[in-house]
Amino acid sequence: MSTQTAIDKTTATNEVRAERTRNCATYQPAVDIIESPDELTLFADMPGLRPEDVDIHFENGMLTIHGTVAERQPQQTRFLRREYGVGDFERSFRIGETIDAEKISAEYVDGVLKLHLPKVAAARPRKIEVKGS
Amino acid sequence: MLSTRWSRWDPVSGFRNEVDRLFTGFLADPAEAFARNGGYPALNVWEDAESVHIEAEVPGLKMSDLEVVVDDNDLTIRGKRVAAGDKNVSFHRQERGVGAFTRTVRLPIAIDADHVDAKLTHGVLSIKLAKAPEARPRRIEVKAAD
Repeated sequence: MSTQTAIDKTTATNEVRAERTRNCATYQPAVDIIESPDELTLFADMPGLRPEDVDIHFENGMLTIHGTVAERQPQQTRFLRREYGVGDFERSFRIGETIDAEKISAEYVDGVLKLHLPKVAAARPRKIEVKGS
Repeated sequence: MLSTRWSRWDPVSGFRNEVDRLFTGFLADPAEAFARNGGYPALNVWEDAESVHIEAEVPGLKMSDLEVVVDDNDLTIRGKRVAAGDKNVSFHRQERGVGAFTRTVRLPIAIDADHVDAKLTHGVLSIKLAKAPEARPRRIEVKAAD
């Protein structure tokens, strides 16, 4: 348990932003977070969006990703089988100070949101040259 | 393992499915004709007069990663998802499942295997299967007796 991560998930109940009032189910997307020397990269499974429906919000160290999913079937659809629900996606993360918030960028491909969280220069590992006398 | 988001907002339906599962063979709901064990991907299935529609969420896959096969009245979806990043990266969080999957369901309604249309849009696979002519509702003309 010694690993300290730069990102801590906060539960939905700790959500600091205003609650949304849209009357539909909201799902937490599954995510992968990978660390490289230069950045953290976050992948979130958020199928069925359009890129313009993705809202990424960063405020006071809290990163929130939200995807607004339009209903794909009319309300009166006769389902023969219904194994998953369709609704918005939302999840929040607390970001450590090592991230350069100005340079966060995102892309959305094949239903997966990929978020690049570059580290500030000071946080990157540096090799220190040891000089001989 | 690959996982999916299950319907959370409808516990009643989930309970009903569970109850139905216990009474397999007693209930003749068309939905019960489907293979009952869950699996990946989760499926939503519905019908209209002309077609049966099947939808699955498969984020991160391209059409070339997927295979959809209709054999008689069985529909099989196969695919494989690879991990983000290579083996050497350090994961802070790894929740997205990877690996190969196969799921076969028996369609509850006779379909016309020559008219199956599959498309993939932003990780949502939509399959439209035309009903066989005998399975479509027919309008019967009622003639007035002279």
